[in-house]
Amino acid sequence: MPTYNLKINGKLQSVEADSDTPLLWVLRDHVDLVGTKFGCGIAQCGACTVHVNGNATKSCSTSVANLQGMEITTIEGLSENGDHPVQEAWKEIDVPQCGYCQAGQIMTASAFLDNNPNPTKSDIRTAMQGNICRCASYNSIEKAIEVAANKLS
Amino acid sequence: MKTSNKINFSRRSFLQTSTLASGGMLIGFNLFTACKEDVKPPVDLSLLDYNDFNAFIKISDEGKVTIFSPNPEIGQGVKTSMPMLIAEELDVDWNDVHVAQGVLDTKNYSRQVAGGSQSLRHGWEPLRQTGATTRQMLVNAAAAKWGVLPSECKTKNGVITNSNGDKLGYGEVVKEAALLEVPEDVTLKDVKDFTIIGKGKSNVDIDEIVTGKPLFGLDYKTEGMLYASVLRPPAFGQKLTSFDDTSAKGVNGVTDVIKFGDKVAVLATSTWSAMKGKKALKAEWNQDSKAESTAFHDEKLLGILNGNEFDTRRKDGDVKKAFSEADTVLERTYESPFLPHNCMEPMNFFANVTSNKIELVGPIQTPAGTAGRVAKMLGRDVSEVSLEMTRMGGGFGRRLYGDFAMEAAEVSHLAKKPVKVVFSREDDMAAGIYRPAIKYRIAASIKDGKLTGYHLKEAAINSNMYGLIPNFFPAGAIENYQVDTGNYKSNITTGAWRAPYTNFLASAEQSFFDELAEQMNVDRIKLHRDLLQKVKGTTDEQIQYSPERLEGVMDLALEKSNWGKTTEGVYQGFAVYYCHNTHVAEVADIEMENGYPVVKKVTVAVDCGIVVNPLGANNQVVGGVIDGIGHTMYGELTFNEGIPQSNNFNSYQLIRMHQTPQVDVHFVENNLAPTGLGEPTLPPIGGAVANAIYAATGQRLLKQPYMKHYEPKKIIG
Repeated sequence: MPTYNLKINGKLQSVEADSDTPLLWVLRDHVDLVGTKFGCGIAQCGACTVHVNGNATKSCSTSVANLQGMEITTIEGLSENGDHPVQEAWKEIDVPQCGYCQAGQIMTASAFLDNNPNPTKSDIRTAMQGNICRCASYNSIEKAIEVAANKLS
Repeated sequence: MKTSNKINFSRRSFLQTSTLASGGMLIGFNLFTACKEDVKPPVDLSLLDYNDFNAFIKISDEGKVTIFSPNPEIGQGVKTSMPMLIAEELDVDWNDVHVAQGVLDTKNYSRQVAGGSQSLRHGWEPLRQTGATTRQMLVNAAAAKWGVLPSECKTKNGVITNSNGDKLGYGEVVKEAALLEVPEDVTLKDVKDFTIIGKGKSNVDIDEIVTGKPLFGLDYKTEGMLYASVLRPPAFGQKLTSFDDTSAKGVNGVTDVIKFGDKVAVLATSTWSAMKGKKALKAEWNQDSKAESTAFHDEKLLGILNGNEFDTRRKDGDVKKAFSEADTVLERTYESPFLPHNCMEPMNFFANVTSNKIELVGPIQTPAGTAGRVAKMLGRDVSEVSLEMTRMGGGFGRRLYGDFAMEAAEVSHLAKKPVKVVFSREDDMAAGIYRPAIKYRIAASIKDGKLTGYHLKEAAINSNMYGLIPNFFPAGAIENYQVDTGNYKSNITTGAWRAPYTNFLASAEQSFFDELAEQMNVDRIKLHRDLLQKVKGTTDEQIQYSPERLEGVMDLALEKSNWGKTTEGVYQGFAVYYCHNTHVAEVADIEMENGYPVVKKVTVAVDCGIVVNPLGANNQVVGGVIDGIGHTMYGELTFNEGIPQSNNFNSYQLIRMHQTPQVDVHFVENNLAPTGLGEPTLPPIGGAVANAIYAATGQRLLKQPYMKHYEPKKIIG
């Protein structure tokens, strides 16, 4: 099996895996970062969202072989103390119900706000289309993103 | 209503306390409905430790409090709200409370189940009693130390004071308190004195959730654990005839291939390897029982409705006579499809079966039942089984069934290795225990402008409405009333799905009432009010709903939604319902966009008694409504020759943010004992939306999912 040198949350990690292994499973099974969740495996639900070079990326459909030299950020590395404005907003609004999809929601929202720090409601609703929440915490997510945007501006 | 009261307990059914070697006090209990009566304290209290006592409360020398929440957490918020009940009466600062998940312990807890929206309702009295009794013991210890009467002491935020100005923290008296007699009666707080109940508290796991800490079943791992991906029959009714694992065994990381029953498990050192290994299996299947398709189910269910073979579940008066004498009869047939649960966390479970113990870890709504079934399957004693509950990435009924835990146990037993079975999304959707397809035929008779008869027939796959559902509204309000049920036994597995049966029944009935009112030429709200009037003062004990409380939620929803006063282009639909002990009214506002109905806003009024945790309660109400809209608008699982026609989110639509309305929540304020919220806001929304669509388009939609009437629209997000 080939070895890949990945930069995850600012740390260099050497991983031995088949070239087709999705980043999701490298994170969860190889380097023990289980905050990134498995939901569908086909980039439809967003539970596995991470940042690759700052862009929201579905890790279930991104092979490890394509990631050498890139900056990978997971929910565990979004902030040092769990105090990224988006995380703070999530706590303030008390967004999670079961909580399973929320890491993906937070990663999508934080990358989105990096590119669009003053979004309209409609921008938010469009940007979050790729993340499913069966508990349907959408109203709270929407509100939390507005709160986070205010914190960032 | 005053909830402050004194209750005498028998000593035998009360608290057991112990000092801890590590410092502090441990309090366990077995009282009232939350615990079994016949539990004896362990002979030697000093031998107690944290694990085998499973206490509800632990107080450290520093005054820090740990509360063990006994019930499984599936996103309904009980891990926050149940400990709030204890903390309130214990009179501690919520910031000093740490909540931990209790493990399965049939000796000390009963009803360790998440289901039916019943956790808070059952825990309301006993959990507060536990907190109050513990507080009293701490007070008694402080009073003895000071040489004053306990009645001269007060508590606040974990500190005991007396009139002399002395102060002691709970942590300073725990050692003494643990040795005291358990008081025989305690006084519960009056509602007006609540400082925790009724104040919004964040989800207790929120810090861990937003930073991605391991909490869920899928996150659990142990040294040497293997991941198992299981190949199951692709169609319902199929059996495995043969399989070839040559290629599967060639996949990097695959360690074992194990056949069990009609399934084959591929074990590997990583999830990806196990999934790849499974895909590489070649298997032959034989159709052992009928390969059923959706058209076949439709035919069977309509056949039942058109036939004469029913179980009569409630019968008042003479429906037949009322119909024969009627001026007009309105009859409609409402249809709903199968639905998968689609918990965001796919099914998974860990098992380590060895010669002397069976370890089970994972997300499960029914830990005790599952432990028992695993023991029985393996021919072992249930005392050898330990079961640790993880947080669950959704339940919605799917995790009541421990099929995935049974698979893990069987595979671990055969492989003699610790194993975690992980479903892919395709496995999860295609090997489901679905909400069954159901059809209702409702008929009503009208004579001289009055509603004289109501006859509801249910035709369902596999099983029918349970318990008191046939006695829900409008039972009791119509003189001649009958509910009949029939079912077709299918080989497709079905089970509970968020608000079983009522999730579509409410929708059908509330759509019917809208049309019935029109037929009778009366206002739809007035029709409901007139019917409720007839139930007031009923002596029928089967009738559980309160007409007054239904009126209360109706009034609140109508007022807050500006019913009848909306701007042009906004169309409203109304529905009201009682289920899971909670009364709910909803108004849906829709607008037509490019010819499609879009739900813009929903106003919800809820009477669930005292709102224990307003933050969590709001989340449950909003979630139930939007989840309900998603499924009534888009949800559908069809079958072709026994094969589910959707198996992932590219072919199955769950609602997404851009399709959601804003949900405006209002609670009726009263001091009645709390009831649950995980389910009851979902059922009426289908009716409210259908009625709003009618208001907008003049079209009565009788078949879910509603968006199917508007194809071809790309509906996947």
